[in-house]
Parts: sequence; C-alpha cells; structure tokens
Amino acid sequence: MRRTIAALAAVTLLGLAGCATDEPAAGPSGSASAAGSGTGEQSKFFVQADYDAELALLDATATGPADRPWEQVLNPKMVETAKFKKAGPHKLCFSNAALNNPWRQVGFKTMQAEVEAQGSRIKEFVHVDAEGKDQKQIADINDLLGKGCDALIVSPNTTATLTPAVTAACKAGLPVIVFDRGVDTPCPVTFINPIGGYGFGHVGAEFVSQRMKPGGKLLALRILPGVDVLETRWSAAKVAFDKAGVDVVGVEFTDGDPAKTKKIVNDYIQRHGTIDGVWMDAGAVAVAAVEAFQDAGKPVPPINGEDQLDFLKLWKDKGLTAIAPTYPTYQWRTPIIAALRILDGQPVSNPWKLPQPTVTQENLDSYLDLDMPPLHYAMCGCTDLPGYPQRWK
Amino acid sequence: MRALAFRPTRWAVPGVFVALALTLAIGWLVVLIDGGQLFNQSTTVSLLHVAAGLGLVAVGQTLVILGGSLDLSVAYVVSLSTLVAAETMNGSDGALVPAIGLALTVSAAVGLFNGLLVTRLRINAFIATLGVGLLLKGYLDNGYDGPAGATSPALVQTLGYQRIGPVPLSFLLLVAVAGVVWLALARTRFGHHLVAVGGDPEVARLSGVRNDRVLVTAHVLCSLCAGLAGIYLASRLGSGAPRVGSEGLYDLESIAAVVIGGTALAGGRGGVLGTVGGVLLLASIDAIFNQLEVDAFFKQVIRGVVIIAAVAVYARRALRKGAV
Amino acid sequence: MQTVQRPPLPLRLLRVRPGGLVPIIALLAVLLILVAVRQPDFFAPPSLMSFLGRSAPIILLAAGQYFVIVSGEFDLSVGALVTAQVVVAARLIDSEPAHTWPVVLLLLGFGALVGLVNGLITTRLRVPSFITTLGMLLILLGAVYLWSDGAPKGGLSDEFRRFGRWAFEDVPVLGRVPYALIVLLAFAALAVLVARSDFGRTLIAVGDNPRTAELSGVRVWRHRTIAFVLSGVAAAVAAILIGGYSGVSFQAGAGLEFGAITAVVLGGVALGGGRGSVVGAMLGALSLELLFALMNFYGVSGALRSTVQGAIILLAVAVSAPRSSSR
Repeated sequence: MRRTIAALAAVTLLGLAGCATDEPAAGPSGSASAAGSGTGEQSKFFVQADYDAELALLDATATGPADRPWEQVLNPKMVETAKFKKAGPHKLCFSNAALNNPWRQVGFKTMQAEVEAQGSRIKEFVHVDAEGKDQKQIADINDLLGKGCDALIVSPNTTATLTPAVTAACKAGLPVIVFDRGVDTPCPVTFINPIGGYGFGHVGAEFVSQRMKPGGKLLALRILPGVDVLETRWSAAKVAFDKAGVDVVGVEFTDGDPAKTKKIVNDYIQRHGTIDGVWMDAGAVAVAAVEAFQDAGKPVPPINGEDQLDFLKLWKDKGLTAIAPTYPTYQWRTPIIAALRILDGQPVSNPWKLPQPTVTQENLDSYLDLDMPPLHYAMCGCTDLPGYPQRWK
Repeated sequence: MRALAFRPTRWAVPGVFVALALTLAIGWLVVLIDGGQLFNQSTTVSLLHVAAGLGLVAVGQTLVILGGSLDLSVAYVVSLSTLVAAETMNGSDGALVPAIGLALTVSAAVGLFNGLLVTRLRINAFIATLGVGLLLKGYLDNGYDGPAGATSPALVQTLGYQRIGPVPLSFLLLVAVAGVVWLALARTRFGHHLVAVGGDPEVARLSGVRNDRVLVTAHVLCSLCAGLAGIYLASRLGSGAPRVGSEGLYDLESIAAVVIGGTALAGGRGGVLGTVGGVLLLASIDAIFNQLEVDAFFKQVIRGVVIIAAVAVYARRALRKGAV
Repeated sequence: MQTVQRPPLPLRLLRVRPGGLVPIIALLAVLLILVAVRQPDFFAPPSLMSFLGRSAPIILLAAGQYFVIVSGEFDLSVGALVTAQVVVAARLIDSEPAHTWPVVLLLLGFGALVGLVNGLITTRLRVPSFITTLGMLLILLGAVYLWSDGAPKGGLSDEFRRFGRWAFEDVPVLGRVPYALIVLLAFAALAVLVARSDFGRTLIAVGDNPRTAELSGVRVWRHRTIAFVLSGVAAAVAAILIGGYSGVSFQAGAGLEFGAITAVVLGGVALGGGRGSVVGAMLGALSLELLFALMNFYGVSGALRSTVQGAIILLAVAVSAPRSSSR
C-alpha cells in the first residue's frame, strides 16, 4: 500500500521535474521567443515614461557646485519648505534598509562623516538598521516617530511595501526625506537619488553591444530577481539589446556569489565556444566574471562593472574593454544636507536628481586610488570629509 | 523506556518568561541610563508588531516540532500567502473574505503536501520541507519581479495599523491563535496524540494513535499559521511581497523562537506558551538593541549565544529532572 | 568516469539495500547522459578536470558533513565557517605572500576549534546539534562582519589563491590537473580511510543507536565530537579552495550548509544517523554540482532553477530512502 503511494508520488514528481527540465530545452535560452534575441519578456517594472526621462537626464547639465556633485541637481523643481523652519541644533533620525553589502557600508560611513562635518548643527543622529526586513523597517519608522526627531530620513528596503509606513510618517508632520529607492507617494518633502537604474542599465548595455562583434553572443549576469532597482537596470539593458539585435544567450542570477558566477561563465564559455560580451546589473561579481575568462584562457570580452576599486584596478592592469556605470555612494551625503536646508526653511528640489557619472577608459585613472581597499567605491565623494581615508579602510 | 506524557502543557512554567522579565528589566535600565525610554508607546507598538509576525509563524512551527517534525518551508509560504491575498484583493474591500480564504487554502495545501511527503513517502522532514521551500522559491522567483497586488484598505486599516492603546490588533490575533492552539494541545485528543507521536512514535502507534494522520494535521496547521502571518504582512505592507518571508528569515527565526520557548527539538515536550515567550524575548532584544543603536552584527552574535544558552539551560533542567 | 560506459541501470535497482550506493550512481549516470547529449565536449579532459576542480570544495564539505550526519547530528555552521575563514584569511594575509602558509595552518586550526566547540556543546551540554550549529552560524557571521566593519578587507595572495585557481599544466593525457583536484583526491582518500577504520564503523553504530553503543562501551560523546572536528577541518580546506577559486567575498560560503546536507542525503546517508557511506556522500555532492552545470548547459531560466533543484531532491530522496523514519 505504502509502496504504491510512494511510487505514484514519485511518478508525479518525475513528471514535474521532467516538465521543468524539458521545457527550456525546446528553446535554447529560456523564454527565447520574445524579440528573437533571448532577453525574455519585459519586466512589469518597466515604465516607458520613466525610461525616457532617465535617458534624457544622462545628457542634462547639473546646476550647483561643480566640485560637489552631491549638492548638484539635474532639472531642479524647487518646493517651498518654510513651514518646516526650526531653530537648531537638530535631531536627525535615519531608518536604514540594511547595511548588508559594501555599497551600503561605504555609503553609511560617508553619511556618518557628513553628520560629523555638520556637527555644530546636529545635536543627535539616530540610526536604525532594518537588516533588510520590510516588516522591521515599518516598525522602526513607527518607533522613530515617537522619539522627537526634527527630520526623518528613510532609505526604503522595498518601494511598494514601505509606502504605508512613509505615508504615516508624513502625517506625523515632520519633514520626511527619502533616498536611494523611492516610495509610491508624493508625500515626502524630497526624494533624492541619482539618475537611476534605467540610466545604469542603458549605459552598460549600449557600450557592450557597440564594442562586441556584430551578431555576437552576450551573457547577462544579474544578482537577484525581484529587487526593483536591479529590475529597472535589466529592463533598460533589454531594450538596448533588442534594439541592437544582440544575441543574448543567457540571463543568469549569481546571488552576488563569485564562485557561482565563475561556474556560470565557465559553462557558458564551454557551451557556446565563445562569449562576446558580458553585461551585469551590479559590479559585485565583475572581477569573478573576468577571472572566469582568464582561467579558461580566453580573451576577456567587452564587459561592464561598477566603480568598485577591485574592478577598476583589474581593468587598468589587464587593459580590458570596459565601462563602469555607477550608482554613486555620494548620494548618502545629500539627505543630511537636504534635511538641514529644509529645517532652515530653504527651498529644495523635489525630486532631487543627482548626476550619475560613468567611469570610462578616458577618466579611469582619476578614479583609481590604490590606497583604498578593493571593495571601496570610487564615487564616494568622501575625500573632503572628516576621518578620510581611515574611516573607509 | 520513557513514560508517555499525555498532559503536555502542564510542563512547568516556561523559564523563558523569567528570562524575558530579566531582559526587559535590564534593558529598561540600560536604555534609561543611555537617556532613552524603552516602554514608550511607539517602541511598545513596534515591538508587538514584530512579535505578531514572527509569533504567528512560530506558533505553527511549535506544532510540527512537538510532533517530532520540522518545517523549513514556512518562509516561502509566508511570501506566497501575501501574494495570493494581495493579488486576489486587488485593492478592493469586496474581495476581502475570498482572498483570505484562498490564501489560507493555498497555505494549507502546501502543508498537506509537506505532511504527505513526511508521512507517506517517509522523507526526512528537514529535506522534505527544504525541497518544498525550493519549489516555492522557484515559483516566486520566476513569477514575480517585485511586490504585486494591493491589500484591501479595510484590512490595512484594521489588522495592519489599528491598535487598542499600545496593543496592535495583530498582536491580539496572535494571542487568540496561540490560545486556540494551547487549548487544542491541552484539551483535545489531537493535542495529546501529537505529543505522544513526538515523544515516541513507536509507543504512540502501539497505543492506537494514527501517527501519520496526526502529523499531516500538524503540518497543515503549521502552514495555515504561516499563511495567516502572510495575510498579516500583506496588511502591513499594503501589497504582496515575494521576498518578505525569506528576507525576514521566518524559517530559522521561528525554529529559534520555539526552542528558546522550551520546546524540545526532538519533539514530545514543550508548548505554545513558551513559544510566545520566546518570540517576545527575541523581539525585546531587537527593541532594546534598536534603542541603544547597537550594530546589527553584534546583535546577531548575541542571538546565537542566547539560542544556544537557552537550550543548554533547558537540557540541564531536563537532565536533573530525569535524575531525581 | 567509468560510470559513463556502464549501461543504464535497470529499474529493479530501485529496490536496493538502504543506504547503498546504487541510487546515487544511477542518478549520476542519468545526469551524465543528459550532459553527454547536450554537451559532448564536457568529457574532454581539460573541461572535465576543471569541473572536478571547481567541485572539490562542496565534495569535501559533503565528506565532512557525512561524519556528523552518520553519527546522528547536523552541522549547519559550515557555510558560515567557510565565509568566516575566507574573510579572516584575506585580512590576515593582506596580499602579503609570506603570510600564506601560517594563515593556512591557522585556518585549519580555526576550523578544528569551531568543530570542537560545536561538538562539546552538543555532547556535553546536550544542546541538539541543529540548535548548536544554528547558533554557531549566527555567531560566526555576526562576528566576522563585526570584525571587518561590514566589508571584507585586505586581499588574498596569489600563493593562497593558487590552490583553488591554478593547475599543473602540460600533464600527459589529462592536459591540466587543478591543484584543487589533487587536494580533493588526497582528502577523499583520507575520508574513506577514516570511514573504514574502527572509528568510522563505531560512528555508524553511534548514529544507529547511541544507547546500545554506550552500553557496549563506546564513548558516544567523544566520537560525535570528533565527527564535528572533522567537519570543521573539511570546511577549512573547502574555504581555502573556495577563497582561491573566486576570491574574498561575504557570499563565499552562503548556502553551502544546505548544499552539503542535500548532497549527503542524495548520497543515501540517512538524516538521523546510522546508515550511509562517505563515498555516497561525495558522489551526492558531485551529482549536485553536475545538476547545476547541466542547468547552465540547458539554459534553464535562472529563476526556475530552485524549482528544478527542489523537485530533483524530493524525487531522489523519495526513491532512494523509502525506509528512513521521519526523524
């Protein structure tokens, strides 16, 4: 009796497993039908208007001090903040999504240094880390509202799910400043971020598709599915690849794990004989991808990374054909500056769009600082802050 | 051979409440010295909200662990349930009841599948629920590239944000669910049988307990609790979120809360009251460290130590009892 | 890979001695055939060698995990231990070649120490190993993040990375033989020797029925503690190879504990102890790695992979271990 059931279940499972493995074998690269280039369906995060706006911003000129990009604004739209005017020194509160990767670590150290630099105007800086949990961040924001903060800075863990909590914070009457990821409500005084994911994805994809040989094979490496900032990067890259007619032979998730990345790249090199271009949605595993080509004894194809120093160093040492779009960590300085301006009653721009520079072959040397640790981000805008460079080492 | 404990919940007052009281007292003092206030309204509300989410999952986890099983798929069931609920509601109050019904049905189905794998196919619960978790993860990763659906505004306003004094409605829901489970364990045949199966499956079988049926029921109830937690989270987040369960570490944290609450991982001993204590203890540590702005990594170390130490204390106590 | 030439195993082999090697060899054969259909040049010596080299860490972890599981316990801390070791190595070596060997020794010692602590807490304080090693996981990750301020510092020397990344070149017939493969073969042989020794046999008896073992004069706690130490040392060796293969990162060991446990179970080792072989465990790890490579070759959509993996694990375990009790 039990054995029959076991056998039945096993057969059912076999069917399941069979379906799952057989299906993709029919089309060589996942859901390859769309656009005929293996990029799959467009993400539902893709918003054409936002995409167009971000691409236009790539060519816009910023207003503000040229040597302080974290104070610059692209296409400013000023809003009045007179009602928030308050005598200092102030208590600033910050609900942080997480500190679980080098980008956020570098950014947060930059923010702390900015607080120190503005020490005379800030009497207290409260920081709560949500450890990457939506549920905890909602509770954290609620908790901060009871602490007599003069302004609340939020870096949301997820756009849609943090919206109710941020709305509640706005209703409490204190100025709310959101940066990095946004929220689906216009209630914060300002939303600060660089140009954004479409810009990032587009710059990398356009470079790689132009430099690789026509009709060549491209491998797209992504960190995780379902993270909004990363989805927009990929959806912009997809548009660029479809337009250029690039043959995207694979879209793989690496979990940010360099070992997994090397295995994937290695297998794709073997499967296709050669890979002519690599695009990635974040720079964390760029070095691992390059190493996979080196270990296989193949030339490294055109590739994009990010402004992490280990990649920039490898790029220079090995003379790669590369580009590094950035999502600058200097944006962590801006919320503090914005909060103080708002508490002074000065108008600020909403949205506050920061420039998003790209590291290219021409300006590579100006960003490469060999004294900083390999996972440091070149775009930290932190060299003038107290404690540099020791704080970031 | 150990005698069958047919009166499970009489098992002493869980020591976790002593630890909880101590933690809160010391925490209150330290926060006070630091210039803060642990028991103000907003902190208490936040603490109870965090406890409600984890608590619902942990109460369900208590049932399977009592029965000598385990469920590592709960985190994905939580995510799945938020999505089913929020997508069915799609922002309208009219679909509230069917959405909750559907979310709970889907969760129960996963629990049934887990239970059948463990009992009929005799797959070890660790591997069975890990495998089911992977199946669900693939489904979520493949089907969703971010939050989806919209929770009905009525649910957001009630379960998500409504509170009575400093006590959120969701915490009352946890208390109610825990109360029902406590009653089920203490007063019903299912409860007695579950503990018997967890204590010694062979003896339970010989005394006429239908082990498989009891364990399948426990798995279904566990997934139902996870589904309920998902509905609560959907009401909190305003939409369905495909990663909320795994990012919240509801699988390992719920197991940690259960064992801190004094339920033996091998099954057959413990109860739901202790689990609620364990959840409150974990949430209190969170709240205290939040107030003191302690580094999250340091907090993780402390959690590890607390989990091991708590279980070591229980083991010592059990040993001494055995010796007497 | 002699298994390739063998004919496909008939279905009657599904009724096999519990804990035997037949199911895992059958699974491996199926996977190899699928690879051969899609990617025949996978079996060319250079690519096969590099595949075996990169699979070495997980195979070693599975071997270490085998000793713990067969004695009736779990080790959930190995993934965190690997991450901690890689990050510690990078900071201590700090790209200085001269530090390589001392740090390698230190890592082995550190691995053994973590195993010893796991073992003693589990056996002497009677904390279930699931909890001990879960706590250890949290402690190790928290501590290493804390120690490095949230981002790995320093760097691994080329000497250190050699073990996991480079190979003996120009070997006759095989072309190139990765150092990692040599390390794997050496430790695999050692693991088989230990498993076949008196200690290894007693360990199975301990896992099968600790009380009987105790009554027949076995010091159960000592055997189990040694099993944890073996797992810790295996994690240290794996960390050296992984650090070498892919460099320093906080993701170095992420998820490896579940990978190793899955591999061991696929290899026919019963969770709860008392049954299985170390060769099966290592073949289980090899199958798992082959499955991942297969998904790359077939281009299975990245997001669906977990589903395929979950289905295959459930299926393999349901077929090969129909008699294991639920705990």
